[in-house]
Amino acid sequence: MAPETRGILPLADLQRLLDTLHIRGYRIAGPTVRDGAVMWETISQISDLPIGWRDHQEPGRYRLEQTGSAEIFGVVHGPQSLKPFAFAPREPLLQIKRAQGGFSAHPELPEPEKVAVIGARACDLAGLAIQDQIFLNSSYQDPYYAVRREELFVIAVNCTRALPTCFCASMDTGPRAKNGFDLALTEIDNQLVLEAGSEAGSDLLSALSLPLASHNVIGEAAARVEACARSQVRRLDHTRLPQALYDAYEHPRWDDVAARCLACANCTMVCPTCFCHTVEETPDLTGQQTEHARLWDSCFTQEHGYIHGKNVRPTIKDRYRMWITHKLASWIDQFGTSGCVGCGRCITWCPVGIDLTEELPALLASDGRQSAKSTSGNT
Amino acid sequence: MGVFKFASCDGCQLSILNLEDDLLALGQALDIAYFPEASSRMEAGPYDIALVEGSITTAEDAHRIRSVREQAIVLMTIGACATAGGIQALRNWADVESFKQVVYPSPQYIQSLSTSTPISGHVRVDFELWGCPIDKGQLLRIITDLLAGVRPRLSADSVCIECKRRGNVCVMVAKGIPCLGPVTRTGCGAICPSMGRDCYGCFGPTEGARTGPGMPPNTASLAHQFHQGLQLIPIEVVRRFRGINGDTESFKRESESWEKKM
Repeated sequence: MAPETRGILPLADLQRLLDTLHIRGYRIAGPTVRDGAVMWETISQISDLPIGWRDHQEPGRYRLEQTGSAEIFGVVHGPQSLKPFAFAPREPLLQIKRAQGGFSAHPELPEPEKVAVIGARACDLAGLAIQDQIFLNSSYQDPYYAVRREELFVIAVNCTRALPTCFCASMDTGPRAKNGFDLALTEIDNQLVLEAGSEAGSDLLSALSLPLASHNVIGEAAARVEACARSQVRRLDHTRLPQALYDAYEHPRWDDVAARCLACANCTMVCPTCFCHTVEETPDLTGQQTEHARLWDSCFTQEHGYIHGKNVRPTIKDRYRMWITHKLASWIDQFGTSGCVGCGRCITWCPVGIDLTEELPALLASDGRQSAKSTSGNT
Repeated sequence: MGVFKFASCDGCQLSILNLEDDLLALGQALDIAYFPEASSRMEAGPYDIALVEGSITTAEDAHRIRSVREQAIVLMTIGACATAGGIQALRNWADVESFKQVVYPSPQYIQSLSTSTPISGHVRVDFELWGCPIDKGQLLRIITDLLAGVRPRLSADSVCIECKRRGNVCVMVAKGIPCLGPVTRTGCGAICPSMGRDCYGCFGPTEGARTGPGMPPNTASLAHQFHQGLQLIPIEVVRRFRGINGDTESFKRESESWEKKM
């Protein structure tokens, strides 16, 4: 994108952007402080955004702190990625009714809604691109996902601060939003540099008729995002994947991590790319009709590994190995990319703080017994 | 259908009465033949479905449950007491005689066993509903399945999955509250974390009955995190696991291992 297409907006004028979106019929979802984290909620005012807040994240721990600054996008992220916007946690699919001599099934597509999300990070965009590939770019396009995705307007925020759990730089997904957004913002010193990433974004940018950002400001914004990339302390070395993980199938480290893993599925729920789902029936008592719905599922559940007559993944070790091997290795064979975008959510939101950037090197270490850590090492 | 009460608070029976509109549909779908909590009309067995609330705490009840079993085609327990012994199973670690002396003016009239045990410890149970109290949606679902001739099936997932589907912020990670959600079976709709408090395990352990070496629930790792990460002292860890479902195998093993560290 040429620098000419970048405008500059004082922080206090962000309301103009929100108002313009409103006028164009969008419901705006933005990060808001709720129950000790930032969560996507419907917003209308700048004051709904987490002004002055910062997040501290480490394995198994998340805390917010009010710094008193005017910074609007100081919180990097909460537990939610963009996933719930298009891949709904619970999606009614069909209404099935008993009819003469059989039954009839009526698809129940969601109501189309124009939603503008403000505050997506580069890792979130990468996650959404992977979900698009799964739900839209195959011979079995998912109409439910498609309806929700169609009207999603994504306003990204370039990261100028990395969390200790971030490793997007090593996954080549961030911290700069490269594509997959309509608008991207970089917050520097009480102003926002805006950049359009789509036709709809360009259109909105011209409607705002902003002054163009100077080369100095654009250079400064880029430098801060670069510095953010360099400041990341975690990384994931995926150069030997997928084969190295397949070769590590019997590594003793799997037992070690299984002793810590709760199989609670939090990692898969917060993962921007995990797409597993199950279906449930909710029949009425008379047996005349039932609702067929899709729910977020996880490879850590008992039923996920259940095939007729047998559970192929009965133990926690089986399930953790399934998750990591798919996420970091067989995903590459299946979709051509890693299933990990480096957001670090699985590290933070694991109640016992299991860190995949620590597990992977241990699993790939040639002498597994030397690298295996005891349970007490993980807190 | 018959509804039978043993040692319990009646809360699960009240969950049936709280079905509201669905209670009318239930009354049309089947004949509620015996339900003393709801009606003085009590018909004799046999019953197609017997719902059993409460645990076994007296010799008389140990005898009576056999008679209920003999009269029922399908016997289903409702709630933590019937399924796992309930909160009154705390007596299994204590001296019931001393309680009697403290609580009752004339303890000689109290005839009670020294333990509180689940129904499955006495007779064959066909289905078990967890919870304190049970979830009325789950109850209705199981009855719907039985009426349709389908084998009932309930999810054994963790409460965490429901929390994340609902968009709850994790109270353990964001607030440092020792939550039992990661090792507790779903079914309640994640009520407590939705109110910003910790799950206290009233739906029992995930994958409760099917557990084996290396299988969930991993209570040891969660207890370790309570102690090491959230600074709970051993007695507090014991109390976390020794609650409404404290006498279930996995929770019991965990609380007893921390009791040794006190």
